[in-house]
Amino acid sequence: MCLAIPGKVLEMYEENGLKMGRIDYAGTVNTACLAYVPDIKLGQYAVVHAGFAISIVDEKEAQKTYEVWEELVQAAAAEGTDIFGMPLDQQENDQDKGKLS
Amino acid sequence: MKYLDEYRNPEIARRILDEIHQAATKPWVIMEICGGQTHSILKNGIDQLLPEQIELVHGPGCPVCVTPLEQIDKALAIASRDDVIFASFGDMLRVPGSKKDLLMVKSEGGDVRIVYSTLDAVDLARKNPDKNVVFFAVGFETTAPNNAMAVWQAHKEGLKNFSILVSHVLVPPAMTSLLSSPDNRVQGYLAAGHVCTIMGWEEYIPIAEKYKAPIVVTGFEPIDILEGILMTVKQLESGSAIVENQYSRIVHRQGNRPAQELIAKVFRVSNRKWRGIGEIPESGLVLAPEFKAHDAEILFEMSDLKVEEPAECISGPVLIGQKKPYECEAFGTTCTPQTPLGATMVSTEGACSAYYLYNRPAPKGGITAENEKNEK
Repeated sequence: MCLAIPGKVLEMYEENGLKMGRIDYAGTVNTACLAYVPDIKLGQYAVVHAGFAISIVDEKEAQKTYEVWEELVQAAAAEGTDIFGMPLDQQENDQDKGKLS
Repeated sequence: MKYLDEYRNPEIARRILDEIHQAATKPWVIMEICGGQTHSILKNGIDQLLPEQIELVHGPGCPVCVTPLEQIDKALAIASRDDVIFASFGDMLRVPGSKKDLLMVKSEGGDVRIVYSTLDAVDLARKNPDKNVVFFAVGFETTAPNNAMAVWQAHKEGLKNFSILVSHVLVPPAMTSLLSSPDNRVQGYLAAGHVCTIMGWEEYIPIAEKYKAPIVVTGFEPIDILEGILMTVKQLESGSAIVENQYSRIVHRQGNRPAQELIAKVFRVSNRKWRGIGEIPESGLVLAPEFKAHDAEILFEMSDLKVEEPAECISGPVLIGQKKPYECEAFGTTCTPQTPLGATMVSTEGACSAYYLYNRPAPKGGITAENEKNEK
């Protein structure tokens, strides 16, 4: 029930006195109430739960996480391995590596 | 999809798993609060990839599961009335009450509608002035602002034919209740990311301090959950017990202030019964006095019902992490997602349905209903 997914704000308008928006979830477009994210701008990503945007995705924080991951990958590469500790030249043959389930 | 795919990268997941394996030197029990996290864990096989000494137990964070049977029966009684359009999110429709569920009421002619947003239910009230539109307001803090907004709008527009049947619960009192139980096994929590999106995480600080339990606000994708587990394990291993935020791209310390403000205007905190757990003080929401005209329990004069849970269902101990679904005699036999005995098998966020869907039978030599019987 607490499922919420990120989508990009395509358009903003008012309906019944509420700030509303059209949100693009990777191609599927739906409406959402934007009253709880009053500062949101067109093109920003919001996390939407049951028709209400509840948070603006913080790009700086997301970027920080990516950078940490990039460091992990680079640290492994510097040792001549992928991030599983496997030699880099064996990677291409192992289609299932790292598969989570 | 941006902000989703990155958090499903198997290479990164494997690297974090390696770190967890290195960090964990002792046995630890960690509870993920939210049913959405439980499903992500089982769907992605995270439980099977963790070191043996890390046990994940599944928390009560499934609003559908903890909605008391009495509330379901009230919903069924209201939805059966000729003068009512009963609106609900789809996941409540198959939750069994004492005798039937909302889908059966619909098949018998009841006007039961599935809506995507509570504002859709308000719209139904606008378009059907001769009917009473009742929305089944079930959920945690994540959903509370939506339902608050619906009531606020209806009140503002003078829509006297809109009401909600409230079954709102709050997460921190349940976490405290579990930690203070004499049977508690939980040593650290993955806090529910979207609940914290609304409420922030400051209210968890005294809980972490008092019970010496690390609490890590965690998201829902595999990478989020693995990072949350790693952060919790590192704290447990070092003897630390603070609140950390893994889900910082979405959750801010203060939460969503406009949402909190409307919740505070429309609702009041009250004691609330949780299905399978019992009453927890100040763990729920009811409508504030000035919005009582939109309270379906008052409008339809629903008195306190007393109903019994099916005796063979162990959803109570499952909801608080004391039993695993496969320890139930009915699991996978008389109780399946098609024929559920309890809400933990109905809801897509319930632990029993997750164990059934992702095929988690009892481990070899583990506790099962059958093994227990043989021992006796």
